[in-house]
Amino acid sequence: MTQAVLDVRDVQKSFGAVTAAKDINVSVPEGAVYSLIGTNGAGKTTFVNMVTGYIKPDSGVINFAGRNITGMGPRQITRLGIHRSFQIAQLCNELTVEENMVVAATIHKSARPSFWRNAHGAEARERALATLERFRIAEHRNRLIPELSGGVKKLLDIAMAIAGQTKVMLLDEPTSGVAADEKFPIMDLVIEALRAEGVTVIFVEHDMDIVTRYSDRVLAFYDGRIIADDAPEEVLSDPDVQRYVTGGAA
Amino acid sequence: MRTNLMLSAVGAFVLLAAGAVLLPDWAMFLCAMALAKGLVSLGIVGMMRGGLVSFGQGLYYCLGAYTATLVAGQLGVSDIFLLTLLSAGVCLVVGALFGPLLAGYRGIFFAMLSLALSMVLYGTLAKLTVLGGTDGLNIGAPTFFGWDPEGRALQTALYLYVAVLVVVAGTLMRIYFDSEQGLITLATRDNELRVEYLGASVRTVMSYNYVFGAVLGGIGGTIAALALGHVDPEFAFWTTSGEFVFVAILAGYLSVPAVFVAAIILEMVRSFSNLYFPNTWQLALGIFLLIVIVVLPNGLGSLVRRRKGDAT
Amino acid sequence: MDLAATILVDGLIYAGWLFIVSVGLTLVFGVLNILNIAHGSLYAIGAYAAASMVGAYFAWGGDAFPYGSYVAMIVAALLVALVLGPLLERGLLRFFYGRDEVLNVLVTYAVFLILEDVMKLIWGVNPYFVYEPYTLLGDVEMGPLFYVGYDFAVIAAAIIVGLAVWLSLNRTRMGKVVLAVIHDSEMSQTMGVNVQRIYLGAFMAGAFLAALGGALTAPMISVTPGLGVNVIIVAFAVVIIGGLGSIPGAAIGALMVGISRAASVHMLPEAELFIIYFVMAIVLLFRPEGLFAKTQARKI
Repeated sequence: MTQAVLDVRDVQKSFGAVTAAKDINVSVPEGAVYSLIGTNGAGKTTFVNMVTGYIKPDSGVINFAGRNITGMGPRQITRLGIHRSFQIAQLCNELTVEENMVVAATIHKSARPSFWRNAHGAEARERALATLERFRIAEHRNRLIPELSGGVKKLLDIAMAIAGQTKVMLLDEPTSGVAADEKFPIMDLVIEALRAEGVTVIFVEHDMDIVTRYSDRVLAFYDGRIIADDAPEEVLSDPDVQRYVTGGAA
Repeated sequence: MRTNLMLSAVGAFVLLAAGAVLLPDWAMFLCAMALAKGLVSLGIVGMMRGGLVSFGQGLYYCLGAYTATLVAGQLGVSDIFLLTLLSAGVCLVVGALFGPLLAGYRGIFFAMLSLALSMVLYGTLAKLTVLGGTDGLNIGAPTFFGWDPEGRALQTALYLYVAVLVVVAGTLMRIYFDSEQGLITLATRDNELRVEYLGASVRTVMSYNYVFGAVLGGIGGTIAALALGHVDPEFAFWTTSGEFVFVAILAGYLSVPAVFVAAIILEMVRSFSNLYFPNTWQLALGIFLLIVIVVLPNGLGSLVRRRKGDAT
Repeated sequence: MDLAATILVDGLIYAGWLFIVSVGLTLVFGVLNILNIAHGSLYAIGAYAAASMVGAYFAWGGDAFPYGSYVAMIVAALLVALVLGPLLERGLLRFFYGRDEVLNVLVTYAVFLILEDVMKLIWGVNPYFVYEPYTLLGDVEMGPLFYVGYDFAVIAAAIIVGLAVWLSLNRTRMGKVVLAVIHDSEMSQTMGVNVQRIYLGAFMAGAFLAALGGALTAPMISVTPGLGVNVIIVAFAVVIIGGLGSIPGAAIGALMVGISRAASVHMLPEAELFIIYFVMAIVLLFRPEGLFAKTQARKI
């Protein structure tokens, strides 16, 4: 197996009396697609938030491509190539779809955006349009965000994150808030695009069909701990996982 | 590509310059003051595009005014270009000092901290007898590259000078608003988290807007001081800053010319009310502000300039 | 008496006054999430109302029992709250709940501008003097210095106000509901709290406290237009220092500002006018949301 691009060692995090992460050890090889499962509050989003710098672990180390990124902020981590999408799509509601994309493309292109060059120029718009087309949402380019369906919002959210040189992509519940018949098409589109570029993917998901279909490996979270870390079939047949994650509630 | 912008700039200047011929003295003075204050409000509009409102632009308005006055009084400089440049420079330095510090604050905290800074300056100046205390200081008439006009000529020259500054600053700010950084500023106003997660620094965005606001504030203050021939600590008082915010809100963040239209409206309403209803002009202003907030939440600018997508 | 004691006494007197004028502001912010600039106007109206009331009291034979003028002052503050509280909250502010905080500051700024002139229309522009209640309590001798007894009454009033607010929030059912709304208004709404009534009640309480501050100040000064302008900014500083919406914060903020201003008056008079903002800037530098702010991480 290739070298781990993301290596999480002994990470702990608690919010007051609540343990959100306990003894988290994960090693993700380059180009792999991992999924995170678990009930709400099991620690999946906490994991994503810690890797992307939104919250800092109480202890432990997170390494990215051999570099210690523990304690860095979202901006620095994003600049290194770890990108993410959000459970609730994070978009700019007062801007159009195209403008959202232009913002993303502009920032990804250069750390020092121009104070002079017009952001609405033909070149910038074309570049944005290309990405929108790739994610099949170009038809919505002149619409404002609140008018969009859940699926389009999710795709735009992901497209904005991918506009850069993504090395690791963390998708936080990419299919939540998406109509049932759109879930697979969206995942097809996204995972295909990411796999094509050799991006390492970690996605949080509640739908076990999606988990088995798209991921190489599954991490099952329960009560802030990882209780299983294996291939999808193995994890889903694990009695603990059936008891605490997939059984009962699901 | 920028032909339209340049044409508008030239058009705006011609329109303003026509005022130099057509307006009576009192109206020209009023317009010069309004335009100077409009420059300060333009700075607030720049910050508003990033989602911040400064309640303390009086700080730079006052700082610019006092810098010009002191340089003129102590060093004997009377050249208007040099005075403007020096004031802008001082405000740039002070703004660059406070900008990164204040850029970490949001909403009310940013508003109140900026206000606190202006009140510190107000309090200091009011107590500093060397600088005239609450009475303030006088500043002589400016010269223009050695030319030393008087009377109507001085008025006209000063007015035209402000007109040029307004057109240049307005054009530059428009270019900035439409630039890559300008669009990122708008995105920041909308969703900071998204902007940080794209890899841009929200703090940097806000700092730049703050510094631009400081420089514009300083230039506005310099002009106001020269037009009035006098400065006092009230330049930094919070009600002065409140008026700048008023104009910015009235104008909205969509259109640059709207800022100066709003500034002229305010100045006109004020002088007419002062004349005819001295005890109810704030009442009229307050009702006016409420109406704008309710009816035109994006300000006067939204009447002439729409955001893309609004039409659909 | 040494300098430290003088500073302490002066500082406490000023802090007492500050607490009364700012506790209502922080209460209103805590519940309605509106930083109310018109709080300054309510203060000024309270001062005018008290001046008129006390004047009327003595004009109608109050000399026989001058202490009744204190009752007149409190009644004046109550009247202001009863008339303007519902008018502003029901008539205007409720349409802006949940909107941007800064926008709401501007709405109340508009109200402030309107009320400034309304006061001139009602009371004219000439100053009002009602010194009787101020001199009524005699002087207090402390070492070589004399203090006016009324100043200490202001401290006492601040303590009573503080206790009353604390008791009614923590020891009554209604108060606990208010605390719940301050903590999380959406949550309280889903739990069946009548938020509208809480909002109105809190705003009226805030208005009363503002007016009371003005009423208590009226005998110490000449009541003139523009009274509210400075008060609101000082009160802002106090509640920002303490943390918006925090009642204990307002108390600590008032003490910090009161003592530092007294220290500056005696040791560094040049700084008197800005020491408040200086203290505020320092506090915000280290505690960006004030001393007792409720911090919430955004859930993503």
